[in-house]
Amino acid sequence: MSGHSTYQPSHPAARWLEDRLPILSLAHASAVAYPTPRNLNYFWTFGAILTFMLVVQIVTGVVLAMHYTAHVSMAFDSVERIMRDVNYGWLIRYMHANGASMFFIAVYIHMFRSMYYGSYKAPREVLWILGVIIFLLMMATAFMGYVLPWGQMSFWGATVITNLFSALPIVGEYIVQLLWGGFSVDNPTLNRFFSLHYLLPFMIAGVVVLHIWALHHVGQNNPAGIEPKSKDDTVPFTPYATVKDVFATVCFMIFFAWFLFYTPNYLGHADNYVPANPLVTPAHIVPEWYFLPFYAILRAIPSKLGGVIAMFGAIAVLFVLPWLDTSKVRSAAYRPLFRQFFWIFGAVCILLGWLGAKPAEGIYVVLSRIATFYYFFHFLVILPLLGFLEKPRPLPASIADSVLSKKKLFGGGTARLGGATAAPDTKA
Amino acid sequence: MVSSGAWRYGHFDLGGATNRACFRAFARRCHPLLAARCPDEPTLAKVTDVATTHPETSAEPTRRDFLYIATGAVGAIGVAATVWPFIDQMNPDASTLALASLDFDVSQVAEGQAITVKWRGKPVFIRHRTAKEIEEANAVQPNELPDPLARNENLEADAPATDANRAAAGKENWIIMLGNCTHLGCVPVGLSGDFGGWFCPCHGSHYDTAGRIRRGPAPENLHIPPYAFTNDTTIRIG
Amino acid sequence: MSLRITLALSAALLASASLTSAPAVAAEGTPHPPQEEWSFSGPFGGFDRAQLQRGFKVYREVCASCHGLNRVAFRNLGEPGGPEFSEAQITALAAEYQITDGPGEDGEMFDRPGRPSDRFPPIYPNEQAAAAANGKAPPDLSLIAKARTYERGFPLFILDIFTQYQTQGPDYIHALLTGYTEPPQGFEVPAGTHYNAYFPGHVIAMAKPLSDGQVTYDDNAPATVDQYARDVTAFLMWAAEPHMEQRKRIGFQVMIFLIGFALLLYFTKKKIWHEVEKPREIAEGKDPAQTSL
Repeated sequence: MSGHSTYQPSHPAARWLEDRLPILSLAHASAVAYPTPRNLNYFWTFGAILTFMLVVQIVTGVVLAMHYTAHVSMAFDSVERIMRDVNYGWLIRYMHANGASMFFIAVYIHMFRSMYYGSYKAPREVLWILGVIIFLLMMATAFMGYVLPWGQMSFWGATVITNLFSALPIVGEYIVQLLWGGFSVDNPTLNRFFSLHYLLPFMIAGVVVLHIWALHHVGQNNPAGIEPKSKDDTVPFTPYATVKDVFATVCFMIFFAWFLFYTPNYLGHADNYVPANPLVTPAHIVPEWYFLPFYAILRAIPSKLGGVIAMFGAIAVLFVLPWLDTSKVRSAAYRPLFRQFFWIFGAVCILLGWLGAKPAEGIYVVLSRIATFYYFFHFLVILPLLGFLEKPRPLPASIADSVLSKKKLFGGGTARLGGATAAPDTKA
Repeated sequence: MVSSGAWRYGHFDLGGATNRACFRAFARRCHPLLAARCPDEPTLAKVTDVATTHPETSAEPTRRDFLYIATGAVGAIGVAATVWPFIDQMNPDASTLALASLDFDVSQVAEGQAITVKWRGKPVFIRHRTAKEIEEANAVQPNELPDPLARNENLEADAPATDANRAAAGKENWIIMLGNCTHLGCVPVGLSGDFGGWFCPCHGSHYDTAGRIRRGPAPENLHIPPYAFTNDTTIRIG
Repeated sequence: MSLRITLALSAALLASASLTSAPAVAAEGTPHPPQEEWSFSGPFGGFDRAQLQRGFKVYREVCASCHGLNRVAFRNLGEPGGPEFSEAQITALAAEYQITDGPGEDGEMFDRPGRPSDRFPPIYPNEQAAAAANGKAPPDLSLIAKARTYERGFPLFILDIFTQYQTQGPDYIHALLTGYTEPPQGFEVPAGTHYNAYFPGHVIAMAKPLSDGQVTYDDNAPATVDQYARDVTAFLMWAAEPHMEQRKRIGFQVMIFLIGFALLLYFTKKKIWHEVEKPREIAEGKDPAQTSL
């Protein structure tokens, strides 16, 4: 992925292949020789964790599709047959359902890591934008996947979300009917969602390839936020990053297994064990937890179209983030003011998530509006201004320097900010 | 095991010599991306200089190798154990395995007639044979047949393909068989073929009146499923 | 650093302040079901066979007159991890039910005695019939233990991840079955409905289903409403999650494996990174020989 390599395999058969298709040198250049900054901390392992989760979701999903029936009268039953009769069906289905949540936990950590260390800044804007596209595709995939079991939450989630488009002037009604293939969410909707739910993950995989390509072209950012300058600043991907990524992935699997085997329904919703009923809406409908912040933004705006615009705007603003942040310094480690605003922003996102699960009434609406306002304020006002107002700390001369003199630089913050050198068990 | 030269890049000799050689080759030539930043020496030169002042690592290659091998082996076991559920899910599920047996009232099948019923998704031939057909079937010695075995799940696996072993026990005018050609699974046509039994139109297999292969590509006699007469006129298949 | 902590604290305070009123709003004045002790809660909890068998008896003699169990097959009652009735018991039980099968040779559907491979037949031919007979269609009970819950509220919903509390459904069902009390002064119970302390809104269509001594147990378990409710709830939990014991067993093995594997990887990682880490360790005044594995 990183262009031409002078690598030559030693085995004759490998050389034969290499002369015809330089795939071995490509693999070698991207997965072995690729230089990674030596100060990466465990937050940089989430790329590997996300790749792992994508594979888990695709494999379990392909398997589930072998047993699932996309028809309104059989979808719920077929899922229950998977849970009861198919060999290890319960395991594979719970893995897929909880895997979606794990995927989002990992992607949110990955995104906040990018924001904290300024990984979206030049020359990594395209890398970041590809990431946001992956995030969008993930949301679409997760939403359509949640419809497939055809429980009450599936049905009403699909109804509410597709109805968002009815807010569009003039074409709204038409688009909603187009999405439904009828006058309500029904069998045609379920069928097309199944088809698209199967397609989108492969599109995600495609964009992931571009994402990694872009990453390997520009090189990884790092906690110091400065480019590697010499050989002392990097280590080869294999074995250094590989073993760290595998270790972190296995730690993440422990976290995953906790939910998968012991509280498999914790992240789901009880109402989805009730078959879909188009005549009765559940008392309290909420999307899956990973959509809650956006759902809160949707409900915060007292106008249908305005809410929809705000919700999509909350994602759209991410696309232009590289140009909203005017600071030349990448890492929050050297940006004392930004660091504080970063944590406030993180807290606001969690607050929005919590508000999204609350009924849209009373104090919750007020809080939602404040938090929504702050969400946009952070991106549109704070970030552009900070670049001018903030006086960054002096940057280290090199990554190697930052590693060696870190104690001095960060004081008490070592454990959090300290590159590859932090104790692994506190991070993974 | 690890010479000091190799050890410069050698803390990852999980794969042994090859891996080390690869990495050395890399280090010498440098990846272009890397080359731009470090044109001359391999990445870890400085780091490993420190290593030479602490040569304790080269004194314990066995312990290190053991750790790497153990980690790799445990990982391989994990992968293998994970693969199993994903294969096993393709096996027949619990409801399929528990599929009901089939009861069928044969009293409506007149002599010389045959009927096909569905059991476990497959056709089952139930034929009420005439005395002439039974006679024809009895006239053949099992050892003259292409397949000398009875292929009857109600009998021992090595039972010979006599007509008595093919027909229903004690009711030799009844023959009950799975209706899939033992060649490639097509459904043979009844009351036809050169031997008055069944003929498979797909690839031309001829079966006699006891469902035994006589000519054509099929390797075995038509299989007989487990079944029993629960009373004079009712059979239970499965 | 300190600012961050202050922020986190104030966020937490803000959250809990507004949350104190949350459960009341969410549950519309319905109290939380009391948290019961279940044999199947916790990472090693399994089902009590005798309890499941008693619970099935309660289901069959009481609930089954209105509530179906459509996703459970008779054979499931004999599978490991469930009530584990014997094969003979299951065959006999299945034969007591009439299953619609067919079409037969005459083209008509016909009834035949059930077999272990059959699922419990529906009580009513369709939902409209169920609603017509009862005023409101009684829900199928196959998944009820997973399909009912109540708002846990902050901070319980976070603690539940660690305590692995998973029995909102069973707690609610038990509370509901034992929650037929006298309505408070002034509470208007509409005709044809009943007062229940734990049903959301308190007005439930189902009449009090259980009374003391109603079901005769074969063992020495007390013939009380509380015991009936407990037993039938356990049975319904099994019906909703028949592979729970297998799940926890495999989960334990996977956990042990993953933790062991993670430890091995941790040491491997440390070993591989040892040389890279040395300059830093020296800079920090540590002796790398001491940190070597």
